[in-house]
Amino acid sequence: MIQLTQLVKQYGRFTAVDRLTLTVPRGTLFGFLGPNGAGKTTTMRMIAGILRPTAGSIEIGGVETWREPQAIKAMIGYIPDRPFVYDKLTGAEFLRFVAALYGQAGSAVERRMDELLELFELGPWRDEVTGSYSHGMRQKLVIASAFVHRPQLIVVDEPMVGLDPVGARVLKDLFRAFVRRGGTVLMSTHTLEVAELMCDRIAIIARGQSVAEGTMAELRAESASGNESLEDIFLRLTGARPPHALDAVLDV
Amino acid sequence: MSEYPVAPVPRAPGVWTVLAPKWRGLFARWLRGGEIGSVALFAALACGFWGILFGVAYRVLQYLAGLSVGMLLAQKILDAVLVGFASVLLLSNLIAALSTFFLARDLDLLVAAPLNWFRLYLSKLIETAVHASWMVVLIALPIFAAYGVVFKGGPLFMPVALAALLPFLVLPAVLGSALMLVLVNVFPARRTRDLLGVIAVAAAGGLVLLVRVLRPELLFQPGGLGQITASLEALHVPAGPFMPTRWVSDMLMNWLQHLADPLPPVLLYTSAAAFLIMGGWLHGRLFRTGYSMAREGSDRFGADTALGRLVTRALAPLPIARREFLLKDLRLFFRDPTQWGQLILVVLLVAVYVLNIRALPIFSHGRAPLFLVTLIVFLNLALSGFVLAAIAARFVFPAVSLEGRQMWLLRSAPVDARALFRSKFWMTALPLTALGATITAVTDLMLRASPFMVFVSLGTIVVFTVAATALALTFGTFYPQFTSENAAQIPTSFGGVAFMMSAVSLLGLIITIEAVPVAGYLRARQFGDDFGVSPGVVAALVGVAALCAATTVVSLRLGMRRMEELEF
Repeated sequence: MIQLTQLVKQYGRFTAVDRLTLTVPRGTLFGFLGPNGAGKTTTMRMIAGILRPTAGSIEIGGVETWREPQAIKAMIGYIPDRPFVYDKLTGAEFLRFVAALYGQAGSAVERRMDELLELFELGPWRDEVTGSYSHGMRQKLVIASAFVHRPQLIVVDEPMVGLDPVGARVLKDLFRAFVRRGGTVLMSTHTLEVAELMCDRIAIIARGQSVAEGTMAELRAESASGNESLEDIFLRLTGARPPHALDAVLDV
Repeated sequence: MSEYPVAPVPRAPGVWTVLAPKWRGLFARWLRGGEIGSVALFAALACGFWGILFGVAYRVLQYLAGLSVGMLLAQKILDAVLVGFASVLLLSNLIAALSTFFLARDLDLLVAAPLNWFRLYLSKLIETAVHASWMVVLIALPIFAAYGVVFKGGPLFMPVALAALLPFLVLPAVLGSALMLVLVNVFPARRTRDLLGVIAVAAAGGLVLLVRVLRPELLFQPGGLGQITASLEALHVPAGPFMPTRWVSDMLMNWLQHLADPLPPVLLYTSAAAFLIMGGWLHGRLFRTGYSMAREGSDRFGADTALGRLVTRALAPLPIARREFLLKDLRLFFRDPTQWGQLILVVLLVAVYVLNIRALPIFSHGRAPLFLVTLIVFLNLALSGFVLAAIAARFVFPAVSLEGRQMWLLRSAPVDARALFRSKFWMTALPLTALGATITAVTDLMLRASPFMVFVSLGTIVVFTVAATALALTFGTFYPQFTSENAAQIPTSFGGVAFMMSAVSLLGLIITIEAVPVAGYLRARQFGDDFGVSPGVVAALVGVAALCAATTVVSLRLGMRRMEELEF
């Protein structure tokens, strides 16, 4: 479904994504892991068509994204890491606006909006401006907006942040059901337990480059013991060390 | 719990430390390589703008210097200018104080920190004053310089002028912040909608009062320059001995006349110090309650009014995306008090302007002289153009910035960025052009302008407004303020001021080109000749149309390209 080839993104002299090559098969829930600043958000924003790659290519469904941006974007539902929505629009108005951006309107959209708002328990707040929503409610609204136009691919950046346990459960069930029906999800997360439980395949990136990619079993098979947890694999591959300077921080 | 070692409380940070993120951020932006072009463009525009202001002030003062009462008249003009500055400063400090003291994103961090409250007050006051005053300083400097040059103030005049300006800027900053502090405490639960409505109406009322006290129409009484001088003498500037504006003008004029009077600077500095102490005291008493009230939620429900339903039905024939985009912009505009508060202000300003044209005494003695009417119609064109450019700065320039942090949605949706830009252009150009044409037509009618002048003024205002809208939108796309906390502050950003300077320069160029056929027309009518449409007249008018068309097309192309490339 997604094919990244030698993808590069530079901000001035800083290289955020460095010759990244990755394949996300259709009908999979694909976990995209990496430490802070590894280039995950930049990669996802390039896939969503927000940022232009400095070099390399992104193909979705076999079509180069910068060649047919409108057609590609119509297939994607993008959920950013921070849920910025228009503060002065109500939840219902926001969803109606997003549907319109994808060329959809009318009674079918109104029905779908109601279903999504109910699913995320936002029904009672549908006519309140989003400025009065909590962070978690905004996050749920943005997730709902990504599904309003019935996409084939969901690109989601850190979806669990701010969600209550019920919301997190709804989201996991939604993603799994979406994938069972042939949809594809590319999800970045720092919650390794969630990735381990939910994802069909996982890629780990560090310093803008892919350091590992495969199913959990394939990732484990590459380790010496063969039964490492995802956390151990992640720490080993990204070169991260456990905290060692606690005393220095806490002592007066 | 009790065994946990407790660090000693450190010394409370000073004002400079609290302001560090602001000034460091500013320096970092200016020193960044990519901004050198912007700085150079701004410097060039500022030099041109200063040159024009200095030139006009110099010409007027030089004329006055030749008169026996020149010094007195020069002081009257200075008083009038300073009164204008004071009212603008008070209003802009009031608007800026709402953001810096109550809406800014750094406030939660600062209020939670063990910060001395008076230092917090001082740092936020400095921030408010800088936001609100820098444009006034930009305009004041060339005017003061002209006074210094014409009346031979010497090399120390500008330092003296700056010394007079500093306490003059502190006073409205303290007053505006104190007023906002009281208002936030009076209006419960963040009713900023009512708050800004009150401010806008009060400001407009104050402006009407100021204009009526000044009675500027006296300057246009028939009777030539001698009469203008007499009118200047009769100008009632509210600048009594207790007004800080008078202390500033006394300080400057005393220096120019080599009079040693320590009273004006002493009054200025002691008043500023006293205001600071009183403002700090009030802040200590009211800020914590006001800040807490400002956090207590806002209007929760999006009102679905009958007018809203009517507009939705009226827009039904439009394509889905365009319709919802338009509806979204309208909803955001009318639900944002910082936006529609300005709209009230603009409507009242336009009303004041039209009423003043009506109050002109040119028809009081029967038939008005053609020269005066034509001159006023031409001046009216320039003033209307300026007003429209200011409105474009207020409402068109922020159009892209207001998409703000929600740009991710528009960029990830299958919406053509160029179509988005075009939609924003037409949405703002059409109402603005209609407004411009209406103001010009109504005032032309009031002035009983000749058909030739009606044609010139109406045609010019239409092409200029379209060009100014395109310029404003493009400048707004090149210098967006995606993280601004208050829409009212976006026009006073770097890009907003650069746009105003460009629009005023374009207007100046248009007026200069059109002055030739208008002068020819006047000469012909004055001497009873027939005024034929000569090739020169056609060339000038076509030239203006071509200039505006080129500005529109080039701006739109650059803006659309930028909109596509915009990364955030």
